[in-house]
Amino acid sequence: MSAMTHVGEDSPRASAASTSTGSDLGGKSSSRAIRDQAARIIMWTAFGIAVIPLIWILASTILKGGHMLASVDWWTLSQNGITARREGGGAAHAIQGTLMQGAVTALMSVPIGVLTAIYLVEYGRGRLAKVVSFMVDILTGVPSIVAALFIYALWVTTFGFQRVPFAVTLALVLLMIPTIVRSTEEMLKLVPNELREASYALGVPKWKTIVSIVLPTAFSGIVTGILLGLARVMGETAPLIILGPYAKSMASNLFGGLMGTLPTMINQDRTEALQPAIDRVWGAALTLILIVFVLNLLGRFLGRFSKVS
Amino acid sequence: MSTSITGRSLVDDLPDPDDHGHPHEGDRAGTGRWGDRLFGGAAKGSGIFVVLLVSLVGFFLVIQAVPSLMNNNANFLTSTEWIPSGSNPRFGIAALLWATVITSVIAMAIAVPLGVAVALFITEYAPTWLSKPAAVIIDLLAAVPSIVFGFWGLSVAGQYFEPVKAFMAEYLGWIPFFADAGPSAKSTLAFAGIILAFMILPIITAISREVFNQVPTAHKEGALALGATRWEMIRTAVLPFGKPGVISGAMLGLGRALGETLAVMILLSALNPNAPWSFSIFNGGETFASKIALNAGEFDSPQKTGAYIAAGLVLFILTFVVNSIARVVINRRKAFSE
Repeated sequence: MSAMTHVGEDSPRASAASTSTGSDLGGKSSSRAIRDQAARIIMWTAFGIAVIPLIWILASTILKGGHMLASVDWWTLSQNGITARREGGGAAHAIQGTLMQGAVTALMSVPIGVLTAIYLVEYGRGRLAKVVSFMVDILTGVPSIVAALFIYALWVTTFGFQRVPFAVTLALVLLMIPTIVRSTEEMLKLVPNELREASYALGVPKWKTIVSIVLPTAFSGIVTGILLGLARVMGETAPLIILGPYAKSMASNLFGGLMGTLPTMINQDRTEALQPAIDRVWGAALTLILIVFVLNLLGRFLGRFSKVS
Repeated sequence: MSTSITGRSLVDDLPDPDDHGHPHEGDRAGTGRWGDRLFGGAAKGSGIFVVLLVSLVGFFLVIQAVPSLMNNNANFLTSTEWIPSGSNPRFGIAALLWATVITSVIAMAIAVPLGVAVALFITEYAPTWLSKPAAVIIDLLAAVPSIVFGFWGLSVAGQYFEPVKAFMAEYLGWIPFFADAGPSAKSTLAFAGIILAFMILPIITAISREVFNQVPTAHKEGALALGATRWEMIRTAVLPFGKPGVISGAMLGLGRALGETLAVMILLSALNPNAPWSFSIFNGGETFASKIALNAGEFDSPQKTGAYIAAGLVLFILTFVVNSIARVVINRRKAFSE
């Protein structure tokens, strides 16, 4: 068959409708058709390979940790007084710690992140805006361990404070700000200019236009960005290892004492060879994945209601 | 809609096909009243705060690293020793740099082709019903916490790498690079690199995908109209257009791989300090990040802490450079295509 047939069958519109695979791989097909077919197979295989770890990790954690989550104790009890040898106890302390630190992190980074994005989109002009934008990019690339070391150098070495949960949240803020800035920026840019102009034409001052026209229009998109950022920092472990030692009992004081979290709970028991400890590690891993995935998918779901896209 | 969980939005940097997204109007809409000054000031203040924050990170790391570096009796850049405390502190980053770079290179070698192929799959090959879920699935891979990746790699997936390692060590072992250096397969630099590859795959895919989506339909249809097969169309229209995006995505992935901590820390087996130097990828080792995290409990003296902070500073500079390159590539492309 000639190459002409290929053009027809392989044009995006035709394949979107029928998803038919390459047409004629009979004995007389040209090397071009073979190459085309090979490329198609490679792309499908690549996707298959990329999906394997995700499915494998999910399957492992569910199979090995699922039974832990089935008990009520897991969600209501802490590990207080329970050794690696003993079964029982729960992860309530770690879940509470992770959620609490996540919430406080969000509380600090959302205003800074959203305001920075507003600056970049609505106000930023000239040199400073370029510098801010560049620095946000650099912050995006700062490894979590470096963020943790910085907070350690500031909080512990310079100020002489103890390693407390609040220091962890400071390090997480550093990691969450760029995610929020970037996603908010993107959403603000999508708000049609006509809305702003209409508001200006009615004599509404700029700040009021931003607060009551621009932000509400972009709201659900901004929330999506925040949830995705939150999902990212909740799974971070490096700052916890440097700044937030693990504790087995319930804790709610951010400024004193130790606080257990899911990542440090995994880290605590991961080297144990005893079955109860291994079960707990898988249980904590599954709980952490669940929290992160729920936040993630919730964010995406909310994004669907965005007024701008 | 932003579906990128990688914190990047290259859409901003690319030419806007619909030509909206220039909200820089209303410059003079600010009334100069307190409301405007307050709000504008707060926004500007946040921007300046971010700039300060990054500067402070560099500043504090330097301040705390310098005293330790002054006391260091070994060459910081070329020594492989790591004895940060005591009266004769000797520490250098050569071994850390090697492990960090080699795991990242292995990760890149796998993740870049795979990530680009997956991005092409999502944008060009996947049937319409699969394209969106496929993108979400790949993004979810980025949401799996690093520590879970590491623990899973060590306790579940690692054993399946043993035959691969045995095979390569047997047939390629005469190259020092592939020589069997001792540790079990799951604790080697090679396996850590493979796990890293899957951790950075989502960011490479996400950014490549965004760029591939921006390829003008006219280019693609032009190629098809000239008789190109789907693959030829990709090679002649999509890949050249997307190249800068792929490069910067790869650089961002590299930045992630260099700084990835927990997975590497869990997987790699630390070497005996007296072990002879080996170039093998089937060897253990420690990266900057894993070394710091592993020894977090030992930050007891300023001298010792300073040594680890110095290592962190090198990592910060490395990622800074890599990310800046990514940024420059994207900006050049922007200048080119406008």
